[in-house]
Amino acid sequence: MRERAAVAAWRAGLAVVLLGGWQYAARVGAIDPFFLSRPSDIAERIWMWVSSAMLWRHLAVTLEESVLGLVIGGILGVATGFVLARSPFAARVLEPYIMMLNAVPRVVLAPLFLLWFGLGIWSKVALAVTLVFFVMFFSAYQGVREANRVIIDNVRMLGATERQLVRHVLFPSALTWIFSSLQVSLGFAMVGAVVGEYLGATRGLGYMISQAEGTFDTTGVFAGMFVLSMVVVSASAGVSRLERWLLRWKG
Amino acid sequence: MHACIVAVITALDFDHVSHEYATPDGRPYRVIDDVSLAISAGAFVALVGPSGCGKSTLLNLAAGLLVPTAGKIRIEGEELCGINRHATYMFQEDALLPWKNVRGNVALGLALAGTNRADAEIRANEWLARVGLAAFASHYPAQLSGGMRKRVAMAQNWILERSQVLMDEPFSALDVHTRLLMETELLALWDQPSDQGLGSRNAKRTVIFVTHDLEEAIALADEVVILSAGPASHVVARHAINLERPRNLLDLRTSSAFEALYRSIWSVLREEVVKSQQSAAHRA
Repeated sequence: MRERAAVAAWRAGLAVVLLGGWQYAARVGAIDPFFLSRPSDIAERIWMWVSSAMLWRHLAVTLEESVLGLVIGGILGVATGFVLARSPFAARVLEPYIMMLNAVPRVVLAPLFLLWFGLGIWSKVALAVTLVFFVMFFSAYQGVREANRVIIDNVRMLGATERQLVRHVLFPSALTWIFSSLQVSLGFAMVGAVVGEYLGATRGLGYMISQAEGTFDTTGVFAGMFVLSMVVVSASAGVSRLERWLLRWKG
Repeated sequence: MHACIVAVITALDFDHVSHEYATPDGRPYRVIDDVSLAISAGAFVALVGPSGCGKSTLLNLAAGLLVPTAGKIRIEGEELCGINRHATYMFQEDALLPWKNVRGNVALGLALAGTNRADAEIRANEWLARVGLAAFASHYPAQLSGGMRKRVAMAQNWILERSQVLMDEPFSALDVHTRLLMETELLALWDQPSDQGLGSRNAKRTVIFVTHDLEEAIALADEVVILSAGPASHVVARHAINLERPRNLLDLRTSSAFEALYRSIWSVLREEVVKSQQSAAHRA
């Protein structure tokens, strides 16, 4: 308990020192606010966005794209991971292809997706899916392969069919792995959505940031970045709580 | 007892069974060589032998988890194909599902068979009371001691009312006293067949109990089967244990009848243990 309080105090202190130092340096002219803005301006800008409802409109679009990317990429990744973990032959056949696809830098895909799916949300969703898919795929694949052999035999002896085996053993056992990668996937889904918006969109946080950059508005860029990271941090906290509840059996 | 009308039925019949697997360098390794062994229904049979003699392999073959490379296994007259649906299996390692609580673990077999949830939970509660864990129904396995986990595993197996119980050194990881307690509970379960059985299940179950501990084997079983040192393990001897039941395991081991049995069976087993030690030393 005391350690937790100390950690919180140090965290707050660190924020004060960093932001205060930044503010002070900008004030005495050690750094040029044109290039680096300053905390007070950024806070003011965020407040302006929040109060004018402009932020919510753009944030809602980005969140929608991220959630769709996370869900679609997650389901596809987990399903593929399960299927390949259960059929080693197919896994060996597909291994080089999966490696190759995973090696493609996603940013170069973004313009292609714009071409294929248009300027709307689906090109961003597609980009998020390509990022999330592989993370979820690898963890589900690993999770199923690492499932305890003895527990599998036990459940088969108790009368499980292949489907019951998946439901009662393989899925819960893969869940640990899937959750540990969900944090990463969540960040990736946001990155996919924002990069997609950044490269071509009419709405979304990425669009806001790119508009700000287009007018050398560093305050707008930093404000967008701050909002983005706050969203990811709070979503991660939600996932952690869900994880603690679902994995409560670990005792 | 209707002993007069109970014919001796072969519950489990190994008919010239051999099992081989490929070693990492591709050569075949023969674990079990030409084992023929008939086990009659309701018997408590212990399989003993030196480490690495293929006791567990034999049990896995009986369970249908492994398929013999030669020979046939018949379960209650029918040739085994796939998993042995007449048997449950209690493993040496922890085999409980860590993400299910105690009640969920015990009810699992019933749930898998499609019993509705309420009925399965009622039966699970009955079994938890029977193994003395009624108060722990909502605990998870990680929150229990080793002995309690073994009790849950027993309930998980015995709730299914199957005619055969396969056990692979189930108590070897427990301390001596807990182990004695679990052995006593096991005999109690076996001696008092369930009263709410599925009609036909009023008879005793057939137990095949693998152990490396000859004392445990003699204390529990009707018959001790000795396997030779591996590789190419086979049955060396079968020894009937006619100690009367019910047995008091606390005092049994110091009785003269027990000691006489131990001495005579050990003289056979000893040779196999020596052989296995020699071949181990040779490999090392």
